Amino acid sequence: MKTSAELETRTSRGLEQFCASLDGRAGLKILDLAGASQSTISFVTGQGHSLYSEDFMMQLEECFGEGGFNENQADPVSAERFLQGALGFPPDGFDGALVWDVLENLGSGLLMRVVARLHAILRPGASLLALFHAEEQKAPAPAFSYRIQDRRTILMTPRGARRPVQFFNNRNLERLFQDFQSVKFFLTRDALREVIVKR
Amino acid sequence: MWNRNRKEEDFTPKPVGGPPPAASELAKEGIPMSTLPSRSPEPHHEGGRSAVLGKSVILKGQIISREDLTIDGEVEGSVELKEHRLTIGPNGKVKASVKARELVVIGTIHGDVEISDKIDIRREAKLVGDIKTARVVIEDGAYFKGNIDIVRQEAGRPATSTLAPAPAPSTPALKPANQASSASTSSPSALAAGAADGKR
Repeated sequence: MKTSAELETRTSRGLEQFCASLDGRAGLKILDLAGASQSTISFVTGQGHSLYSEDFMMQLEECFGEGGFNENQADPVSAERFLQGALGFPPDGFDGALVWDVLENLGSGLLMRVVARLHAILRPGASLLALFHAEEQKAPAPAFSYRIQDRRTILMTPRGARRPVQFFNNRNLERLFQDFQSVKFFLTRDALREVIVKR
Repeated sequence: MWNRNRKEEDFTPKPVGGPPPAASELAKEGIPMSTLPSRSPEPHHEGGRSAVLGKSVILKGQIISREDLTIDGEVEGSVELKEHRLTIGPNGKVKASVKARELVVIGTIHGDVEISDKIDIRREAKLVGDIKTARVVIEDGAYFKGNIDIVRQEAGRPATSTLAPAPAPSTPALKPANQASSASTSSPSALAAGAADGKR
């Protein structure tokens, strides 16, 4: 549903589950990798939690270059610098992470290190929300920046077009998050797989 | 037509107590820090005075102000305006911890920010650091990296009781050894401690 020329909204069972995992508790620390937005800040802080905003994709592009950054991600020095800049947090620091679709844009080596870092910075029992295309993209697809409108609705702001570096089926995802406690999938009508991972 | 002459008469400036400075004089870069009426992009509605740190000023050290302050230059150290508003202008680059009642960011801040009332982060702004505040407004396009902690305001009391108390009014401003004369302030309530360099 379009609310304006730029903003799209989508109902999200994954987000609802993520919010449910925070219910009944206040003062939690939530990590948002979509970059700062008024709506997400208002929503999360309105629930009594604190929010750490990080524009993961901007960091990724700054670190590895906008075009053809797949190969650049293999450079260990750049990868370490990126990890320190984007996810350089102490262990067990967060009670939840809004990862959105950023993991699709990582090459295999960096992806494993990012997931390991997410595992380290989340507290046991914390939830992580991630989105993955359910169909392999042959060409660049519209990319979005994600924000929370309410506990069931995601606001999507266009952010150019990108071809995901990797495609994940359910089995790949289970393997990717094998160190986590559980992985739950929600397949949506618009071929976007919503994943709730519990640390 | 009837009132043409009358109207012209009405709009004729009537200087009181000497001619006011021309607008161009106030806006020029030759006044890097002053308590002249604010020329900041954010208009001040409270009728209070405001100090301005111009875009050609670089200051290293501690700023303590008991009036609103606009920083359009570069500051490194700490900035404290316990009961007042701080505006970081479009050219402002602040690498400091900041404590104030209200904060408007149009330029850049690197440092932790503790605001008792409201933070307004504009579209062009860049803020890297942790925020503690009662309210936050962030425009689309603004860059923010850090933690946001909303501190609920108690009725009739400022939210941040942890704000460090302002130094005694009699505390003299520490004069840095190499303070440039262009970075002086005529305001008795804005104290700057550290090193300030006028950049031309």
